Amino acid sequence: MSETTQSGPMLSADGVPLKTSLARALRRQKIRALLLISPLLAFVVITFIIPIASMLFRSVENQIVSNTLPQTVAMIADVSADEATTDEMLFRVLYLDMYRAVEAKAHTRLGSRLNYEKSGISSLFRTSGRKLEDMGEDFEDFFKDADSGMVKGPFWHELMQGDGGEDLLDERLGLLTDLTSLEASDDLGFTLSGEAAALLPWASRAYADWALFTAVVDEDDVSKKKPWAGVYAALALDLADPATQSAVAAYGGSGAAELQAAVANIADMPATGFRAYFEDIDDKWVSGETWALLKVFGSQYTSGYFLNAVDMKLTPDGIEQRPDNERLYLKLFNRTLIMSMVITVSCILLGYPVAWLLANLPMRSANVLMILVLLPFWTSLLVRTSAWKVLLQQQGVINDILVWLGFVADDSRLIMMNNSTGTIIAMTHILLPFMILPLYSVMKTIPPTYLRAAKSLGATNWTAFWRVYFPQSVPGIGAGSILVFILAIGYYITPEIVGGTDGVFISNRIAYHISSSLNWGLAAALGTILLAVVMLLYWLYDRIVGIDNVKLGG
Amino acid sequence: MASTTAEFRPPFATFTAPLSALLAAMFGFVVGNAYGEPWIGFLIGGILGAIIAFAIDKLPFGRTQSRLGTIVILGLAGLTTGSAGGVVSGVLIGAVLSWFIYWLDRGEYRKNVPVYYTAGQTLWHNAFMLICGLIFFFLIAPLMPVMWLSFNAQDFFTFTPEMLNFEAAGYSLKHYRNFLTTEEWMIPLKNSLIIAPIATVISVSLGTLAAIGLSQSHVPARRAIMAILISPMIVPLIISATGMFFFYAPLGNWIELNLGLSQTFVGYVKVILAHAVLGVPFVIITVTATLVGFDNSLTRAAANMGANPVTTFFRVQMPLILPGVISGGLFAFITSFDEVVVVLFVGSARQQTLPWQMFTGLREQISPTILAAATILVVISIMLLTTVELLRRRSERLRGLSPG
Repeated sequence: MSETTQSGPMLSADGVPLKTSLARALRRQKIRALLLISPLLAFVVITFIIPIASMLFRSVENQIVSNTLPQTVAMIADVSADEATTDEMLFRVLYLDMYRAVEAKAHTRLGSRLNYEKSGISSLFRTSGRKLEDMGEDFEDFFKDADSGMVKGPFWHELMQGDGGEDLLDERLGLLTDLTSLEASDDLGFTLSGEAAALLPWASRAYADWALFTAVVDEDDVSKKKPWAGVYAALALDLADPATQSAVAAYGGSGAAELQAAVANIADMPATGFRAYFEDIDDKWVSGETWALLKVFGSQYTSGYFLNAVDMKLTPDGIEQRPDNERLYLKLFNRTLIMSMVITVSCILLGYPVAWLLANLPMRSANVLMILVLLPFWTSLLVRTSAWKVLLQQQGVINDILVWLGFVADDSRLIMMNNSTGTIIAMTHILLPFMILPLYSVMKTIPPTYLRAAKSLGATNWTAFWRVYFPQSVPGIGAGSILVFILAIGYYITPEIVGGTDGVFISNRIAYHISSSLNWGLAAALGTILLAVVMLLYWLYDRIVGIDNVKLGG
Repeated sequence: MASTTAEFRPPFATFTAPLSALLAAMFGFVVGNAYGEPWIGFLIGGILGAIIAFAIDKLPFGRTQSRLGTIVILGLAGLTTGSAGGVVSGVLIGAVLSWFIYWLDRGEYRKNVPVYYTAGQTLWHNAFMLICGLIFFFLIAPLMPVMWLSFNAQDFFTFTPEMLNFEAAGYSLKHYRNFLTTEEWMIPLKNSLIIAPIATVISVSLGTLAAIGLSQSHVPARRAIMAILISPMIVPLIISATGMFFFYAPLGNWIELNLGLSQTFVGYVKVILAHAVLGVPFVIITVTATLVGFDNSLTRAAANMGANPVTTFFRVQMPLILPGVISGGLFAFITSFDEVVVVLFVGSARQQTLPWQMFTGLREQISPTILAAATILVVISIMLLTTVELLRRRSERLRGLSPG
């Protein structure tokens, strides 16, 4: 035996150095543990962590402006808002962007998005959407008078179909997929002619937009359909240019005759001032404020939702505090925090004596009393909330008893519901078991002999409790308080039912923005702030108690 | 010394009589207040209390006789008001008063305190007991009116005079009948009974495996993994619900379009998965707590005798940790069965569950059938609680942790 354990590395039974063998065993054990954990971990990460992370991402995401009006946003990035109001070129690009957005019904969405930042702007987008087509129809009528063939599908198809315009087509396709998030199939059913694109730059862009929309969104045959009225406006824009007029005269491809006929009548064509046209629709289009707003919110990511969530706003002149009557969220956060604290403190006050009693009674009677604590814990939250509704309402049990006993007059019943009193009472009741259980498990570990020793050394009851027992029970108070506070701060159901308007929490506002006002970005920003507070407390709880020390039901 | 405390009788004239009179006067004040004359009630109550105290102290009656006598006398006094409510109040006051006087008179208030306690300490001890009693009352009492009102014959959330006078006409089972016969409540109940068990099975099976993995001695990043697995319990429900809403809505549409599954089926899957995640922390916590006391040499012994890991798990480990697994499962079940916020956001009208129906009912105050549903739920939770308690004690007995 002893001769095998000579110098050199110690070997295990199969001749491998013991160190290696142990390390291998350890690694195997680790891998086995991880394999057992991994299905659940993957499940939780995929169905819980990722959804929450992506929700948080919504609080800064702001692609809607740049996806809806991509080229407009790109153009105003370099100019000041006041310059933008007089830039004819910008209004032409805006026309094409808007027309596409209107067809995809995205302009109202953009309107409501911008309305969160500046009220009244959604109507601008709604009315403009309707009028863009009217403008195109004026030009369509003109072309129809010049040559009726021009308002038919085949004319356009022959004019635009060809090779060499792939770059332009790809660019327009990119804009469309950003807007609708629909994937185009490889075969669109048509290609763009490079010659037409050079001859009629605006018209070919507008046509490409229409053709792509028809092929990708409507899934129709491009060659048979008549394009949008907006394409005529773009064609008019091209033909109004003297250089294009002379180029058309020299042009000999398909559709040349019709184009030349139109040029011949050019004097009858309506004016092509796009800025004037937008001004006509609504003079907000030529106001610096509108353009400043588009400039500020044109970026892909924004701090706007977060600023809204703390009662500030992002304006062209920088960050400003909202006016007094619009401030809401800081007050709500404040109220949520204060009410959660009040609830936590009442839970400590009510839970401490009970936990002490349970911890110091003989096991048998403690178990019986424990059931009284656990029964509400196991009872449905909605049952307890409805119980408080029955008790607290003006025609409720408490008021009935008080009136019957003559302490309160029938016409001046106490208002205990639909305000913060109701929320605090009901939530203290609901969360009390969460305070009692951790307190009890800590107090159970404090030996009763300490208290007796203190008393036998001459301490009064109070001193013995305050100087000896209480400090030892502080971890329990900490654990219970953090647990109750975390649960209270995110409560939704109880405040919704007994809270009325004064007793609601930030959660109720988040739910309102998700389901009623549909301002999801703001809901996400409010949620992120709430989550940050909770995570901080969770981290604290982990440091103080350790998450694996959470106990349920004794 | 100990034997003398049992026979200890406090002085009657300076202790029992004034205190009894005070309590009775307070009852008298309350009763008098109902008739608009609180102070006359106070006076009559005080005198009456002193007389009863005198009777209990001096007459040779035992506990039962003294108490019954007082209750009958005050019940008869209540009868003179002519209403059933009066009789009930009389009986209640009689019960409390006679118990209190007897308790004082026979010195029973010192029964549970050490003999060396001073009067002040005894007073504090009993006051403390009273406070604790009131807190227990606060915990349990709110559930009582709900159960009582669920037998209301009227469609109100409030007590009717008939109910308070205990007339048969004031009571009926119609809300229970309504609960059990209308689709409005039966479909949500059916949905709850589909969703909760399946979600429970998912969280229990995955959770138990993970808990076993987590309780091994060398787990890399154990703390971080634990934090992730517990997080569904910590993150406010409204945030979980919002996140899942954004996540499951497009996912559900995609599955419906590409896999051709029906909308209803996908709806159930979404809610079940969401609830399964919410139940995970409860399973992890209870099962890891059970595994703390698990003796690993048992699995080694099994392996030594030639059992493969699967056999070891099912024949040795599982029976021992089963109580923990089942109570974790019950927690997961009640989490799903009781959950409103997530199902409100993730589910569609077809997946309406019982709590959802109760929530809308409470918000729009449709009918007291909610109270019948609530009573049924309380009964269910009492059954679940009993099961969990029994399992916990069995588990502790199995692991030899405590004698209780």
